[in-house]
Amino acid sequence: MKSSWIHIFILLLFLLSMFMLSGDGYAVQPSEMLGNPQLEARARNISEDLRCLVCQNQSIDDSDADLAHDLRLLVRQRLLAGDSNEQVKQYLVSRYGDYVLLNPPFKASTVVLWLGPPFFFLAALFIVSVFYRRRHQADTDPSRPLSSEEQQRLAKVLDAQESNKGNSQ
Amino acid sequence: MSKRRLTTFLPVAIFVVLVGFLAYRLELINQGNMPNMIPSVMINRPVPTFALPSLIQGRPDVVSKELIGHVTLIDVFASWCVPCRIEHPYLADIKKAGIFLVGINYKDQPEQAKAWLTKLGNPYDEIASDYDGRVGIDFGVYGVPESYLIDKQGVIRFKQTGPLTPEDIDHTLLPLARELNK
Repeated sequence: MKSSWIHIFILLLFLLSMFMLSGDGYAVQPSEMLGNPQLEARARNISEDLRCLVCQNQSIDDSDADLAHDLRLLVRQRLLAGDSNEQVKQYLVSRYGDYVLLNPPFKASTVVLWLGPPFFFLAALFIVSVFYRRRHQADTDPSRPLSSEEQQRLAKVLDAQESNKGNSQ
Repeated sequence: MSKRRLTTFLPVAIFVVLVGFLAYRLELINQGNMPNMIPSVMINRPVPTFALPSLIQGRPDVVSKELIGHVTLIDVFASWCVPCRIEHPYLADIKKAGIFLVGINYKDQPEQAKAWLTKLGNPYDEIASDYDGRVGIDFGVYGVPESYLIDKQGVIRFKQTGPLTPEDIDHTLLPLARELNK
């Protein structure tokens, strides 16, 4: 009875910490936000995919850098001017290159980037499965003859048993 | 026996390849190719259209049309930018070589920028004041100082992020400018 209460308590703590983690970390200032909540939601969506070029591993939605602030304003300006989400991103790509996108596009120069990890994962899976299959076969195949090493070990054990018998008699 | 040789040899081979790759990348850094440098997409593209107020009172606006007809270096700088002080003394050499030198004062208080130029000297032919950094974004500016070499047709031919050193000027910038002036 007592332990189930502890479990519920831990679960609640866990859920609470998840909400707290997802709540902070945004750098958008109230003064930057648009009056229209739909446009603002789109702006947030786009900002999450755009890299802050000063800090380089944060999105402009997360970064407090001055340039990130300018880019957030620019994204909202473009939306007010009637751009689609794709057009806003393209506007920045034409100035800063694909680098500004946190999600790199799939093209000839990024094939290794996209296909490398699945390739290595499958290769590793293949190697491991071959290794285990071979070992499994080697262990269980009754028709396999003993290796010379195994024969030597067997002979030693048998010898020891022979001499033990001799001693006890 | 051959299997054991493979298991010893393979990790060593991987290690050697890894060391080779890291040494190669370190050498590139020595040559100035930093992995955090963002390759510019602006090279071989026409200079963005802009019209900015001059930092100097009484002078007409600085407009992108002015850049046609001569080789120009656009230098993006600010008084709050420490590396800008490093390159500042060498800008005079660029002007001496006959390059039209345009400064874009990036996200700076005009008063502070003027005080900075009074103290360190003003090598620029024209200075545009990009107070809100909007034109900087059109150029793809992300870290001042940045320099753009522009040919007579108004096309960007070279870009550097970070201060220009005497080596950059003598070995890259001036030879390219001479080529473009032909």
